[in-house]
Amino acid sequence: MHRLDPRTKIVLTFVYILSLFIFENPAVYAVAALFLIIEIILSRIPILYMVKGLKPVAFLLAFTVAVNLLFTGGQELFSFWIFTVTIEGIKRSSYLIGRLIFLVLASNLMTLTTAPVSLTNALEYLMRPLKLFKVPVHEVAMMMSIALRFIPILVDEANKIMKAQMARGADFDSGNIIKKTKSFVPIIIPLFVSAFRRANNLAQAMEARCYNGGEGRTRLNPLKYRRGDVVAYVLLVIYAVLIVLMGCFLFKAPPVAL
Amino acid sequence: MKTEKVNELNELNTDIPILEAKHLVFEYRTGAAKPVRAVYDVSFSVWPGEFIGLIGHTGSGKSTLLQLLNALETPASGTVYFKGQDIFEKRYDRKKLRGKVGLVFQYPEHQLFAETVFADVCFGPLNMGVDRKQAELTAYDTIKQVGLEDECFYKSPFDLSGGQKRRAAIAGVLAMKPEVLILDEPTAGLDPKGRDELLDMIASLRDKENMTIILVSHSMEDVARYADRIMVMNEGRLILDDTVSTVFKHRQEIKTAGLSVPEVSEIVAELSAAGLPIRDDIFTVDEAAEEILRVLKEYRVI
Repeated sequence: MHRLDPRTKIVLTFVYILSLFIFENPAVYAVAALFLIIEIILSRIPILYMVKGLKPVAFLLAFTVAVNLLFTGGQELFSFWIFTVTIEGIKRSSYLIGRLIFLVLASNLMTLTTAPVSLTNALEYLMRPLKLFKVPVHEVAMMMSIALRFIPILVDEANKIMKAQMARGADFDSGNIIKKTKSFVPIIIPLFVSAFRRANNLAQAMEARCYNGGEGRTRLNPLKYRRGDVVAYVLLVIYAVLIVLMGCFLFKAPPVAL
Repeated sequence: MKTEKVNELNELNTDIPILEAKHLVFEYRTGAAKPVRAVYDVSFSVWPGEFIGLIGHTGSGKSTLLQLLNALETPASGTVYFKGQDIFEKRYDRKKLRGKVGLVFQYPEHQLFAETVFADVCFGPLNMGVDRKQAELTAYDTIKQVGLEDECFYKSPFDLSGGQKRRAAIAGVLAMKPEVLILDEPTAGLDPKGRDELLDMIASLRDKENMTIILVSHSMEDVARYADRIMVMNEGRLILDDTVSTVFKHRQEIKTAGLSVPEVSEIVAELSAAGLPIRDDIFTVDEAAEEILRVLKEYRVI
């Protein structure tokens, strides 16, 4: 898993997510779940760690389920107060929750097994056809790598700034909304100043190394497909065919439009 | 000489320490891995009017320790007393405390934000609930006190030089009228002249205002020159805590902590080892020069 080419992983994840959205029937979801479980086992990432990755979306999950459960019309199962729970509602929300969980797990799996830089490299490669339409693909990818690289640095910096202001008696939790918003000015300004300074330094450092965009640039670690990638693509094709067959014929459910 | 002065001050002031750390333990939680211990079982007392030098290698836990002292971080166990009161008690007013135990961070860029230096220095006292007029008066005094020129008052803090930014940042904390001033490597990145001026200014705060000062530094020379007492940290533990001369006698411990004793002390120790009747508790160039002259005179070389 970790050694697969990042391009393979992106295509894999993309097709997988697509498959979740095109078909909506239990058999497809069972196959999708099986596929995901195999992937997780192959990646050797502890299951518990994967489950923890769902935490940030837990609220979204609960909310979607609640809305779909309570506000979907159809055959009534039981009702209380102003809410009615229907069979369709239960069906819909279980599909949705499955879809969301698989989606988050699959994309987490991709980001956990791939370094951010190789991800953007792969994206650059996959987006190359867009060059025909004058999209500055290399520059976009470079911007993405830089942005990703700077997130932890800026988070760290924001923490330090916050402490420095707290040491001067700044208070971020009390008062009304306007006061609270205002209290963030002493954090935002130093953060922006430092971000600009860093950007400036980086630009100078890049120029000092004669960086001039993507034209004719070679890579330290060129992306190379290996045998594992071929196997992965074959598996992916099998998976896709299986899903399409099951989605179209097994349950005769019409494909749901995106 | 300096130690005598401290004792004198101790008698003048109350007999409880102004700051007291008791068995402080602090752990970082990074992901699923085992927590990293940044500070482990650190206890010490700071007496009013003391000038303490805190030294330690990068990552020895100095900065975390400082943040525990004014409750910016919460210890896993142990506690800190300010004038005998537990600062981690639930109802203790930690915001007020941060005005009394002023902490100046290493990088002034992390705290300067207002349009003018003057407005920036007013930020602290205003947060402490001082009315605007009083805050402005205090800000005016402190900016003068840290030695910033008049034309800096209405300059943007971002247009100042490195040394001036440091001073502005220190003024921002001083304006809250702290009783203890903690400075995290205030001299990093300054040229020797700027460094001496800044340290002289800090020393004068102690002498004139009787402020208690804790100075973190990498430079043994700086600490030796100004502090009465030195605390040495290594891997989260406080390994030495004594007067300057006593601490620098523990040369081996200091070296294992990844630090070096002042070069002068090295030379003096070597001279003494070579059989010269020279005092071995010397750590400033001036003192060494005097002592070497004395020895030479004794030998009637000059």
